[in-house]
Amino acid sequence: MTTRIVELRRGILKKNDELAAGLRDRYTGAGVLVLNLVSSPGTGKTAFLERTLTELRKRGARVAALVGDLETDNDARRLASSGAPVRQINTHGICHLDAEMITKHLDGWELADLDYLFIENVGNLVCPSSYDLGEKIRVALLSVTEGEDKPLKYPTLFNSADAAVITKMDIAEPCGFDRELALRNINEIRPGIRIFETSAKTGAGMEEWLEYLAEERAERTR
Amino acid sequence: MHELSIVASIVDTVTESAAAYEGARVLEVRLRVGALASVVVESLEFCWGIATEGTPLAGAKLVVKTLPVVMHCATCGDVELEGVQSFRCPTCGVLCGDLRQGRELEIESIEIDEMDQVEETA
Repeated sequence: MTTRIVELRRGILKKNDELAAGLRDRYTGAGVLVLNLVSSPGTGKTAFLERTLTELRKRGARVAALVGDLETDNDARRLASSGAPVRQINTHGICHLDAEMITKHLDGWELADLDYLFIENVGNLVCPSSYDLGEKIRVALLSVTEGEDKPLKYPTLFNSADAAVITKMDIAEPCGFDRELALRNINEIRPGIRIFETSAKTGAGMEEWLEYLAEERAERTR
Repeated sequence: MHELSIVASIVDTVTESAAAYEGARVLEVRLRVGALASVVVESLEFCWGIATEGTPLAGAKLVVKTLPVVMHCATCGDVELEGVQSFRCPTCGVLCGDLRQGRELEIESIEIDEMDQVEETA
């Protein structure tokens, strides 16, 4: 028996990575800031995004969103009430969005006509961390009802994030949310990350978030 | 949990690479998996037999080398972390944001048996 070792050194998700790199080039070329929102189911991604889209539109920004779910177009319908163009991606059981799904669902959209594109990932804190969608900013969301140790339980996702958003701050007190501990845990897993404490209901913290978006857009799409 | 699709992707890549050695059998597939790759090695192994059945990888051994997280500490240089629960330098205790290793998810190499090829082409 003659055996031979063949060096491959090939990324297992190379196909996705290549598609994501192509998307990143397209986003940069079009001058659109793209964000990938990731959290557990029930964190309030859709409510937070709905408020973000509405506020950005009020300020004259051109926004759009892609929203991933296993089934139903409920979230897309909710987000469309902001007036922004929205498309639903149904993954039919797949636990994350990938670059191919994004490429397919962007078909027919003129990216150069957009300032911001938001991608709401499937509610899951594990699998989306492996799949690059070409985004500039990956946002990890955490609600006050989830437990302050979520970043420690899901370090792979929180460590890959560029920004963190704490949602539902309006009910932090009745939930007994330990703010200091949550901030410390996020920082322990992703040192130096920007953290926004928000409420989509009252609008608390949204101003700071929107300023951050504007700064990032000015800086990163330059 | 997307280990089955990861294994399917490995099967595709290896089948493609092994095709250059006509008739060769794949004996071993070696992976490098970082501690932050979001992949459970046990799940990969669990899927391996089923997903490789009927492919040139059938019967091949899966060898996974896991890589610890390596961060760059401004004071101590590249430092290896024990786990993924804290991104502090184990030497000086400072929080580090500069990741140098830990997200790898790649096929390092494959071992093939070329004997079959010789027999078949003879």
